[in-house]
Amino acid sequence: MTLNELRFLTPELSLLGFALAIILLDLFIKQKRVLAGIGIAGVIVSAGFTVAMWGEPGVAIFGRMLAVDNFALFFKLLMLVATGLIILASQDYVRKFKRFQGEYYALILISAVGMMLLVAASDLISIYVSLELTGISLYVLASFLKDRKSSEAGLKYLLLGAVASAVLLYGMALVFGFTGRTCLMCIAEYVQGMPGAGLLNNPALLLAMVFLAAGFGFKIACFPFQMWVPDVYEGAPTPITAYLSVASKAAGFAVILRVFFVALGSPEWLSLNWGMMFAVLSAITMTVGNVVAILQSNIKRMLGYSSIAQAGYLMVGLATVGMAVGHDALGQSGLIFFLMSYAVTNLGAFIAIIAISNTIDSDEINKYTGMGKRAPFLAAALTLCLISLIGLPPTAGLIAKIYIFSGAVQNGLLWLVIVAVINSAISAFYYLRVVKVMWSGVPTSEKKVPSSWALRTALALCCLFVVLLGVIPGGFVSIAEAAAKIFVGS
Amino acid sequence: MSFPYLSTIVFLPVVGLVIIALLPKPQQKTVKLTALIFALASFALSIAVFYLFDRSNGSIGQIQFEEKLSWIPAINAFYHVGVDGLSLPLVILMTFLGVLAVLVSWNIQLRPKEYFIWLLLLETSILGVFCSLDLVLFFLFWELELIPMYFLISVWGSGRKEYSAIKYVIYTLVGSALMLVGILSIYFSTGSLNMMELAGMSATKAVIPLAAMFFLLLTGFAIKLPVFPLHTWLPDAHTDAPTAASVILAGALLKMGGYGMIRLCVSIFPQVALQYAPLLVVLAVVSVLYGAAVTLRQKDLKRLIAYSSVSHMGYVLLGVFALSQVSLTGAVLQMFSHGIITGLLFAMVGLVYDKSHERNLDNLGGLARQMPVIVVVFSIAGLASLGLPGTSGFAAEFITFVGSYSSPAVPGIQLYTILGVFGIVLTAGYILWMLQRVFYGPPLEKFSKVPDANNIDKICIFSFVAAIMLVGIYPAILTNVIKLGVEPIARLVGL
Repeated sequence: MTLNELRFLTPELSLLGFALAIILLDLFIKQKRVLAGIGIAGVIVSAGFTVAMWGEPGVAIFGRMLAVDNFALFFKLLMLVATGLIILASQDYVRKFKRFQGEYYALILISAVGMMLLVAASDLISIYVSLELTGISLYVLASFLKDRKSSEAGLKYLLLGAVASAVLLYGMALVFGFTGRTCLMCIAEYVQGMPGAGLLNNPALLLAMVFLAAGFGFKIACFPFQMWVPDVYEGAPTPITAYLSVASKAAGFAVILRVFFVALGSPEWLSLNWGMMFAVLSAITMTVGNVVAILQSNIKRMLGYSSIAQAGYLMVGLATVGMAVGHDALGQSGLIFFLMSYAVTNLGAFIAIIAISNTIDSDEINKYTGMGKRAPFLAAALTLCLISLIGLPPTAGLIAKIYIFSGAVQNGLLWLVIVAVINSAISAFYYLRVVKVMWSGVPTSEKKVPSSWALRTALALCCLFVVLLGVIPGGFVSIAEAAAKIFVGS
Repeated sequence: MSFPYLSTIVFLPVVGLVIIALLPKPQQKTVKLTALIFALASFALSIAVFYLFDRSNGSIGQIQFEEKLSWIPAINAFYHVGVDGLSLPLVILMTFLGVLAVLVSWNIQLRPKEYFIWLLLLETSILGVFCSLDLVLFFLFWELELIPMYFLISVWGSGRKEYSAIKYVIYTLVGSALMLVGILSIYFSTGSLNMMELAGMSATKAVIPLAAMFFLLLTGFAIKLPVFPLHTWLPDAHTDAPTAASVILAGALLKMGGYGMIRLCVSIFPQVALQYAPLLVVLAVVSVLYGAAVTLRQKDLKRLIAYSSVSHMGYVLLGVFALSQVSLTGAVLQMFSHGIITGLLFAMVGLVYDKSHERNLDNLGGLARQMPVIVVVFSIAGLASLGLPGTSGFAAEFITFVGSYSSPAVPGIQLYTILGVFGIVLTAGYILWMLQRVFYGPPLEKFSKVPDANNIDKICIFSFVAAIMLVGIYPAILTNVIKLGVEPIARLVGL
């Protein structure tokens, strides 16, 4: 390790610096809004460092603990964008807790640091450490409201998260046990040189693979590890729910992609197997998410199940990566583009919900009746985002689906694509129910719904990108293609 | 690059809706006038395109007014629009109906600003479907139509409007979902998304059997057309939609199905189409007869017209899968003709309901005395619908039947054609019976104060009548254009 390599860590280090600054300044500053401003400044500085490194050839630093490649940089930027938007959108929400606002922003930044390390981690140890750094900040944030539901959410998230970590750790121990290594590229070398093909000849590998998938599956909330989602999403403060559903999920996908692609990407018999495993899980995940979402009457729970369904679509990309014997990168770039689209869409939806729920003090879908009249901008933005979640034009959702499904068709997963498109058709039912209530329902009161300019800015940004990605996706697709280059060792 | 006629036609309504959206607290009148101006501008430009369209023999199968820009390089998708003889009549149909739909909605009181925004977006999306030559672009416009239609039905509709709206959306989405799978398999089998290049191109490495791709696409189009037994969304959606939406739904939206069948299913898979033509022709005849039989039993005036569409779209399906040049020409002409006739019928139903507040046939009667203009125009529309010579309905159905009767594509098609012709007898039955029950008989006391059509109504319905007569008396004005588009397709089938 040389000090020279520290320059690759500037995004994380600067963000951490700002997080610490917030905690310190919290003691002196009365105007807590300033702290949010510092948080935003931190995000911008860190994003600047990240963008500056874009395009450089991939390297592994700190004895192959971390990889610095376009893939990691892209995800770091995505985390930062999500963090920035969440801080902006929290402005209306933080009024709910008079104390600990400084800690709230600091924890958000620290969890962002964790996720930024996680997406770059290329060693089982660094993966585990950054996963825990993220996780612990998020456990605290989930219970930040300290009321019954929020505490339950935090506790549930903590307990299940701990179990998932244990399972993951067990998987990692198995990998280490039979390869004797922890760095992903070294594991890849060992696996490729293994005698005997076929998973059944290597039961330890099979077991390790399943445990790893289970541990990470908790993060991305894929079936059968999706149980925590609705309760945690419902109970956690809404900005944190949005953060969990976007940033944490994206980081989960990034780390799965890196671990499976780099360490277990070849030989073919191995990648085809995990590809098929993800394909089957994907089909079940999206179906479970969509079908149960239909039954929900609470919008945060509904979006919780919807995010499970969306994770199912994302896993189509994961399966494609495994099945891509020709080694085209359509799976990776499709997954990345879908994540971009999903991030802005879901953040937009949650930000609108933050503003609306703040006024009506309820998350019940029925209470959204007549929102089109009371808050035309918020309702229109929420409608746009829901349309994008269905995957209808002119939004990001449609292009993202076409793109991610095209990779799957290319690699022989036509059956999965058929399941996925039928699922999207079903999903229209519950998304449009919200739209219907907002626009054709009768308002319960004439009172307008207020929102801060910070929140409106965040929302407008999300909507802008939802439309841009849907109408002129060309540039964003190129970014996704560039980001699909994962560093596999030199 | 020359003037981008088609992009202007397609996106003028969007410009209009943006202007309407940006008007702060506008007067109702301003909103309506803005919508009308942009719909008219789009219509005028499409007439200009029709006038400038090259009809010489050298342009057979040629795309005209083509525009092509790179759009999503990663999947080789282009912003690619253009028209040929197949799509041009449908573009004109849509711009024409777009103007009339605005006129039909002149009395909208509920949230007019939003209403016209959705109406204009609907127009753009349908025009986009007819103009796009790239499969992804086509799909994007195809899906775009859902959102405005959902809002129009669920907010401004009547009856079980929310149920009908969501039923419409789910049906269409299932169809288009399968269509997307079809489009992706075509792309990975051929490497192209260009609809004109794909016509007659052989798949080098088909990812799934050609017949599977054919049916994936066909299901989407068959739901839209609709074909028995996938038609059940139609009566609900048509009946519960506001008048203007019904006009566009029946007039232009169903044609997306027929257009897609010819442009994609038949052009890209001519041999598969030929192989399965017997099945589809039978479905066509079933649609015609079943649709007509069900229509006879309807009590609700609007539902009756809605079901008649199922029957009339059966002729389109018959014409398409008889696969000869004449039958295809007939099918396209029938699409245009049905568009204006049924558009008018729905406009008339809307008028009758607006004035009398009654749609149930059992409670209507004797309106002829109060509504002299409406009764005459309604009768013309009805007679055109049953194919009276001199109206566009006759020209279209005649050409379709001649084409399919003489087609060698399906053994025994003569029998099916005759069965199809029998549908006209049923049509005469339900149309005349309907007219009789609504307008004739003793005048009813409760309708004594009912007014006749006002001036805006008259402009609107007389324009429809003029179009019906024009195409009826001089069908060559369209068939000259249509044949340029369908001839190369018929040649691909090779009969």
